[in-house]
Amino acid sequence: MSILAKMKMQPLLSVRDLSKFYGGRIGCADVGFDLYPGEVLGVVGESGSGKSTLLSCLAGHLAPDRGEVIFDTQEGPRDTVQMAEAARRRLARTDWAYVHQNPRDGLRMGVSAGGNVGERLMAVGARHYGQIRGAAVDWLGRVEIAADRVDDRPSAFSGGMQQRLQIARNLVTGPRLVFMDEPTGGLDVSVQARLLDLLRGLVREMGLSAIIVTHDLAVVRLLADRLMVMKGGYVVEQGLTDQVLDDPQHAYTQLLVSSVLQV
Amino acid sequence: MYVAVKGGEKAIDAAHAWLAEERRGDTSVAELSVEQIRQQLALAVNRVMAEGSLYDPDLAALAIKQARGDLIEAIFLIRAYRTTLPRLGASTPVETAQMAVCRRISATFKDLPGGQILGPTFDYTHRLLDFKLAAEGEVPAAPTAPASLAAVPHVTAMLNRDGLIQTEAEGNATPPDLTREPMELPTSRPLRLQAITRGDEGFILSMAYSTQRGYGRTHAFVGELRIGTVAVEMDIPELGFSVEIGEVELTECETVNQFKGSKTEPPQFTRGYGLVFGQTERKAIAMSLVDRALRWKELGEDNTGAPAQDEEFVLMHADNIQATGFLEHIKLPHYVDFQAELELVRKLRREALAHGEAAE
Amino acid sequence: MTDQTAYNFAYLDEQTKRMIRRAILKGVAIPGYQVPFASREMPMPYGWGTGGVQVTAACLVPEDRLKVIDQGADDTTNAVSIRRFFQRTAGVAVTEATAEATVIQTRHRIPETPLTEGQILVYQVPIPEPLRFLEPRETETRKMHELEDYGLMHVKLYEDISRHGQIATAYDYPVKVEGRYVMDPSPIPKFDNPKLGGNAAIQLFGAGREQRIYALPPYTQAISLDFDDYPFTASKADHACDLCGAPDSYLDEVITDDQGSRMFVCSDTDFCASRRAAGHVGPMGAPSAGAAEE
Repeated sequence: MSILAKMKMQPLLSVRDLSKFYGGRIGCADVGFDLYPGEVLGVVGESGSGKSTLLSCLAGHLAPDRGEVIFDTQEGPRDTVQMAEAARRRLARTDWAYVHQNPRDGLRMGVSAGGNVGERLMAVGARHYGQIRGAAVDWLGRVEIAADRVDDRPSAFSGGMQQRLQIARNLVTGPRLVFMDEPTGGLDVSVQARLLDLLRGLVREMGLSAIIVTHDLAVVRLLADRLMVMKGGYVVEQGLTDQVLDDPQHAYTQLLVSSVLQV
Repeated sequence: MYVAVKGGEKAIDAAHAWLAEERRGDTSVAELSVEQIRQQLALAVNRVMAEGSLYDPDLAALAIKQARGDLIEAIFLIRAYRTTLPRLGASTPVETAQMAVCRRISATFKDLPGGQILGPTFDYTHRLLDFKLAAEGEVPAAPTAPASLAAVPHVTAMLNRDGLIQTEAEGNATPPDLTREPMELPTSRPLRLQAITRGDEGFILSMAYSTQRGYGRTHAFVGELRIGTVAVEMDIPELGFSVEIGEVELTECETVNQFKGSKTEPPQFTRGYGLVFGQTERKAIAMSLVDRALRWKELGEDNTGAPAQDEEFVLMHADNIQATGFLEHIKLPHYVDFQAELELVRKLRREALAHGEAAE
Repeated sequence: MTDQTAYNFAYLDEQTKRMIRRAILKGVAIPGYQVPFASREMPMPYGWGTGGVQVTAACLVPEDRLKVIDQGADDTTNAVSIRRFFQRTAGVAVTEATAEATVIQTRHRIPETPLTEGQILVYQVPIPEPLRFLEPRETETRKMHELEDYGLMHVKLYEDISRHGQIATAYDYPVKVEGRYVMDPSPIPKFDNPKLGGNAAIQLFGAGREQRIYALPPYTQAISLDFDDYPFTASKADHACDLCGAPDSYLDEVITDDQGSRMFVCSDTDFCASRRAAGHVGPMGAPSAGAAEE
C-alpha cells in the first residue's frame, strides 16, 4: 500500500499516551502509535520491558491508568478504554482475536477440536452442523492439522498443534485485529518455524492487522511490518522492522540486535 | 391385572405416625423435656440458633426435640418458623466492647487489659469418657469470685492505636439483609459475613482448615476470642431515645493476620472477623479465617485458586438447609426423566450395535 | 407457640407475596429472563418445590381450584404433601381434573390435556440456569445472558452430535424464548417441549433454592435448540398406553415381574383416567366400570 493511500485511510487502532502503573513501578508509559488495516506491528523487549502489560491494556484485559485506545468499530472510531464491559466483550468476540502464549489459556480443553473452532461461528449464529463441521475441518487443514483429528480433544495434541488450533479458533470468523502474546513461546525451533510460516501466510491472505508481542527478533523479522522496542516500560525506538533491525539507533536496540545469536 | 398404585396420602399419614412413635422411643423411659435440652444441651441449642438465624433458646430446644436430635433438621424448623415472623424494626449495632464476658482469651499477648479468662471451656479437659455422667449425680459447685467490673477493650483497638492493624471501615449505613434480598455476586463483606455466620459449621470449619493447610495463605493469630452477653437496643422514634429490649449471648473472634507486599501501603496486620450467637467458638474462629480468605481482592492479594478464596464457591454452598434440601431431593421420584434417559440410551445402543454389525 | 390458624392465607405474609408478584411481573414482561427474588424458607425443604410453592402461594386467591402433580401423577407423595399444604394454609378447592383447575403446580411434566386461557401452570425448577453445567460461575452465566453469548450452549449440542450422532439431551432441554433468552424449561422430558410455545396458559417457573423466577406469558415463542440439519424431535417410548390405548401421551415404564416383563402406562394419571372413563381400553387394561367396551 502506498504511503499516500495510507494517509487517506482511517487507522484501525489509534493509541495515545497509554500508561499503566503498579504503585511506584511503571508497567508501561506514554505509549502511542497508529495501526492501519493489514499492518502487523511487533513489540519487542526483554522480560519486564512492559510489552505484555501493553498488550493486556490494548486488548482490554487490564485497565490502563491513562491514555486512549481508539478502535475503528462498525459504528466509527471509539475509545475502548471508556467502553462498557459488555461492548468490549462483544468486540472481543467479533472484530478482535487474542492468541495466548499458552494455548491452554485460549482453548476449551474439554471440547473437541471441531467444537473449539466452531464455537465462534456458533456464537454468531451458525446453525447447520454439517456446515460448521465442514468449516472446522477446512480451518484445521489451513493450520495443517489432519482432518481426522476433528473430534479429538486438545489434550491429545502436541504443544505446536494446540497453538495452531488456537489460531484456527481465533481466525475462523475473520477478525480485523489479532493480538498475539509470544505465539511461538514454549515451542521448539522447528515447530516455531512452521508456525511462523503459517502465520505469515494467513496474515497476508486475510489482510489481518496484528500486534505481536515477543522477545524473539526472528519472529518480528518474519512477521512484522513495523516494530516498537520497549525498555523499562517506555518505547525507546519504533519504525519499519527492517530499518530498526538493520540500523538500530537507540543503544538498547543496538544491544538487542547484536546479542542475537547468528547461527 | 395391573392397577396403578394409589395411597400416597395414607402412606404419608402412617409414616408420620411412626415417626412420632420413634421420636418418643421407649415409653418406660422418661420423656425429654424442652427445658432439659435447653439447659443440658446448650451447645446444640446455640448451633441451632446460630444457623437458624433466630435467637430463642426455648424454640431452638423444642426444635431439637422435634427433630430427634438431628441438628440440621432442627435448624430447618427454626428457619421455617423465622419466615413467618413479622419484622418490627432493627436494633442498633451491639457493642461487643461492652460485653459482660464469661470467657475471653488472646493468643497474641501473654497478658492484657481485661485479663485472660478461661471460662467454661472444654479446651483443657482430657477427652476421657466420663462414666460417672451416665450415673447422673449431683455436680459440685464451682468456686466463685466477684465479677471484675474493669473494662475489657479489644486487642485490635490497642493495635490500632499504633497503626499496626488496618482500620475497619465504619459507617452508619444499614447493612443489606440476605434473607430479604436475593444474594447477587460479587457481593459485599457484610453479606458475606451474614452468609457465613448462618452457614453450616462443618463446612465453614473445613474451609477454614483448608486455609491453614496451604489452600490460601493467611497465617492467623487469635487476637481476641470473647464470649458473653451484650445488650440489644432499639431506637424508639416516639420516645426519642433507644431502649434495651433484651440480652443475647454472643461469641466474637478477631484474628490478626500478616499482610505482605501491598502496592501502596507499608506492612500492616489485617483482620478476620467472626460473630455467632451463643457460645459457639469453633464456628466463630472458623468464620474469621474464612472471612479473611475471602478478603484477598480488597487487600490486593493474589487469588491462588484456593476454594476458600472463591466467594461464589463458599457462599453458594455454605447454607446447609439449601444443601440438604437439594441433596435429599434426589430421593423424590425422577422416573419421568429417567424414562427419557432410558429411551435415549436404548436408542444410542441400538444404533451403535447396528453400526457395528454393518461394519462387519 | 404459634397456632396453625394464625398463618396468613397461603402461608406467606402479604409483603412477601407482593415481592414475589413483582418478580413474576418482571418475568412475564421479559419472557425467559431469570428474575432474582429473595426466596423464603418454607416448611418443606429446598429442592422439594419451595420455588413452585412460593409462586403458587403468591398467585392463589380463595376462588382458585388447585391441581398439584409430580411426574404427571396427582397421588405421588410429594404432590400429596404440597396439595395438603395449600389445603391447610389457603383452604382452596383442589382437583385432579386438569380441565377444571385454575392453578396447576407441576414437577417434571406438562399435562397432556391442552391448557386454556385463564389457567396458570407453575413449574418446580431445581436449576434455573441452562448454562450451569457448562459454566459453573453465576457471574459468568449472567454476562452470557446479557450479551446473548450462547455459543457455549451450541458447542455442547455440537459435541453431542460428534460423539453420539445426535443431541443427547433427553430432558431439561433448553429453549430459546422469543428469539432472545435461552431458558431451562425444568426437567420435563423433551417430549413436552413443544407444549411450551404458543401455550394459552401463563407458565411460571420458580426456583426456590437458586432464588430465581421466570415466565412464559401466553402464546410466547419457545423454540428448542437444535441444528438445521439435526432438528429437534419430541420423542417418547414407541408404545401406546397399555391401560387406555393412547398412542401419543408420555409413558411410564412399569416393571411387572422379576422376569423383566414391563408395561407402559400414561404418566399423566388424570389424562389416562379420563380416557378410560370415556371407554378407551388399552392392550392390558380392563374396561372401566360403567363405561362401554371399545
